[in-house]
Amino acid sequence: MNAIINGEPRQLAPDTTVADVVRSLTRAESGVAVAVNDEVVPKTDWARTVVSPDDRVDVLTAVQGG
Amino acid sequence: MTDAATGTTRADTFEDPLVIAGEKFHSRLIMGTGGAPSLHVLADALRASGTEMTTVAMRRVDPNAQGSVWDVLRETGVRPLPNTAGCFTAVDALRTARLGREALETNWVKLEVVADERTLLPDPVETLDAAERLVDEGFVVLAYTNDDPVLARRLAQVGCAAVMPLGAPIGSGMGIRNPHNIELIVEELDVPVILDAGIGTASDAALAMELGCDAVLLATAVTRAQDPVLMAHAMREAVSAGRRARLAGRIPIRRYAHASSPPREG
Repeated sequence: MNAIINGEPRQLAPDTTVADVVRSLTRAESGVAVAVNDEVVPKTDWARTVVSPDDRVDVLTAVQGG
Repeated sequence: MTDAATGTTRADTFEDPLVIAGEKFHSRLIMGTGGAPSLHVLADALRASGTEMTTVAMRRVDPNAQGSVWDVLRETGVRPLPNTAGCFTAVDALRTARLGREALETNWVKLEVVADERTLLPDPVETLDAAERLVDEGFVVLAYTNDDPVLARRLAQVGCAAVMPLGAPIGSGMGIRNPHNIELIVEELDVPVILDAGIGTASDAALAMELGCDAVLLATAVTRAQDPVLMAHAMREAVSAGRRARLAGRIPIRRYAHASSPPREG
């Protein structure tokens, strides 16, 4: 299955969850937020939210700015 | 006024908190985190500035990043104020604000919707639209805006917790280009007015406070100074001095001398 993770196409195993995607990108346990197709997925739902084919998953964190 | 018993003056024990949306801050300097040469320098500058709240931007996670601004905030105890930097439309800003709220567990947001990359000037139409929608969603909105008294009034009317007019374009260091407009904004608004953007050096920050602003938000002036930690210290003192001068009430400007010593007799 293909999905767009932080703007890059990626091959994912079936049943990959948002929590799996986050773990693949960062070890940070706080200060991270996720949007799937521009909708925020609350942290409490990461483990039970399965990524669907062609989903756009964005994993964001705080950086220096402003 | 000096208390003979303790040697302390009124100025030493002066309580004058900044209150935004019911929350008290002892520092009237809000530092941004953008532009620091390293996270180590940023941490030292934040400490030297005495700031209690600092802006951060939301960006995609970089798997190769070494350390993070999030670690610096936890280490220094400074609370984060997520911003919507990089957004050009209200829709973008809403999405970024919601992500910031989720990541940083705060419903406070520095709303920043700019019109173009060259000037980074706020887009007034998108900013007002986004402010209204964010307030409706329960955000505490601190809105970055032009030095336009009418727009500032509109932002306060839709429920922004603070209005943050620019002194000059972001990162320009040109200081306060239209002090008259800043005074008009201060006179009219009941919510805190925070001078945001354009500060170049300590005298600019002091002037903002002398004009009656409630606080100053700056980043580049400190983070890109040759010695960021020393400049952070200077800004802390400038904001404090400007505030005290405002409260003290300056003397009127006169065209001719006004003797401060009594005339000599005979």
